[in-house]
Amino acid sequence: MNKTSYENLTRGIIKENPTFVMLLGMCPTLGVTTSAFNGLGMGLATLFVLILSNSAISLIKNFIPPMVRIPSYIVVIAAFVTVIDLLMSAYLPGLHAALGIFIPLIVVNCIILGRAEAFASKNNLWQSILDGIGMGIGFTIGLTSLGIVREILGNGSVFNYPLVGEDATPMLLFIMPPGAFLALAGLIVLFNKLRRA
Amino acid sequence: MNYKTFLKMLITLTTIAVLSAFVLSSVYNLTKEPIKKAQEQKQLEAISEVVTNFDNDPFAEKMIITTPDKKDKLEFYPARKDGNINSFAIKTYSNNGFGGRIDLIVGFYIDGAVKSFKLLKHGETPGLGSKADEPKFKNQFDGFNPNRHKFKVKQDGGEIDGITAATITSRAVIDAIQRAVDAYNNFNAGK
Repeated sequence: MNKTSYENLTRGIIKENPTFVMLLGMCPTLGVTTSAFNGLGMGLATLFVLILSNSAISLIKNFIPPMVRIPSYIVVIAAFVTVIDLLMSAYLPGLHAALGIFIPLIVVNCIILGRAEAFASKNNLWQSILDGIGMGIGFTIGLTSLGIVREILGNGSVFNYPLVGEDATPMLLFIMPPGAFLALAGLIVLFNKLRRA
Repeated sequence: MNYKTFLKMLITLTTIAVLSAFVLSSVYNLTKEPIKKAQEQKQLEAISEVVTNFDNDPFAEKMIITTPDKKDKLEFYPARKDGNINSFAIKTYSNNGFGGRIDLIVGFYIDGAVKSFKLLKHGETPGLGSKADEPKFKNQFDGFNPNRHKFKVKQDGGEIDGITAATITSRAVIDAIQRAVDAYNNFNAGK
C-alpha cells in the first residue's frame, strides 16, 4: 500500500477522528451511546453506510454540476440508506433488530455528507473507500468508548456484563442526556492530550 | 447564471430525483412481502415466548377482543396443545410510557394469571425504562393474577416492585397488562 492510501485510511482513526477531533455527528454520538453495545452498533452501521456512500459519490462526482452538488448528494445518500434499511429488514431481520433503529439516524449524520463533500467528491473510488473505512473505524472507536464509559458509570456494567453487585447504585446521570455531555467532554480532553503527547 | 448552466442543473437534479424514486419504489415493492413475513415471524416468536407449549397456529385463530369501554380492540391469540387451549397471548399497549406508546404482548395461563410479557415496540430510556424487558422485573409477573391481587406498583399501594428510577415505565407496563385483562374479562363475560 502506498503512502497516500495509508494516510487516507488512517486519517480518520486518530488525526481527524470524527468524534473527538472534528466533533462531527454529535447528535447520534450523544443520543445512542447509553451502552457500549449501542455505541458499537451505531458505529458499525455508520461504517457500512459510509463506505457505500463514499463509493457512490465518488462514482457520480463528474456528472454533478458544482452548484447543485449538496442536494444531489443528500438525495443519493438518503435513497441509498433507505434501500439498505428495506433490504436489511426483509432479508436480515436479526441484524435489523439490532442495528435497525440506527439506520434512519445515519441519513442525517453529517459525517456522511461531510466525507462526501470533503473527500469523495474529489478523489477516486479506491481512495474514497479507504477514507470511508478509516472514518468509520474512527467513529466506531469514538462511540464505543463513550458507550463503555457511560455504561460503566451509569449502569455498573460493560457490554451488558455486570461489574458491580445487584444492590449497587450506579450514577444514573451518566446514561441520561446530561451524562452524555459530561462523558464526551472528559473523553475529548483525554483523547486530545494523548494525541498531542 | 446563463441559460445553459441552469438547464444542466435542472436536468441533473431531475434525473437524480427520478432515478432515486424509481429505485426506492422498486426496492419497496420487492421487500414488502418479505418484511411482512419477517414481522409476523417476530410476533410469532414473541407469542411463543409468553405462552406455554402449543402445537396450533395462533395466527390462524387470531380474534379481536374489545375493552369494556369499547375503545380498544386488542388481538387475542389462543395457544392450544392437543386441541385444548392451555394459555393465550394478547397484544396490548399503553400510552403512558416515558417515551410515549409502548406495545407489548402478554401471555396468560388459562386461569387468568399472567405468565410473561414481551415489549414489542417502545421508546423508553435505554438502560432505565428498557429494563422492563429484563427478567428481574418480568419474573415477578409469572403466576401473578391481576384479578386477585393489587395490580399496582408498590409506590401506588400495589404488590409489584417497580423498576428503579423508571416508575413511569413500570406503571405503563401494568396499565397495558390491565387493559388486556379487562378486555379478556369482558370477552369471557360474553360481550
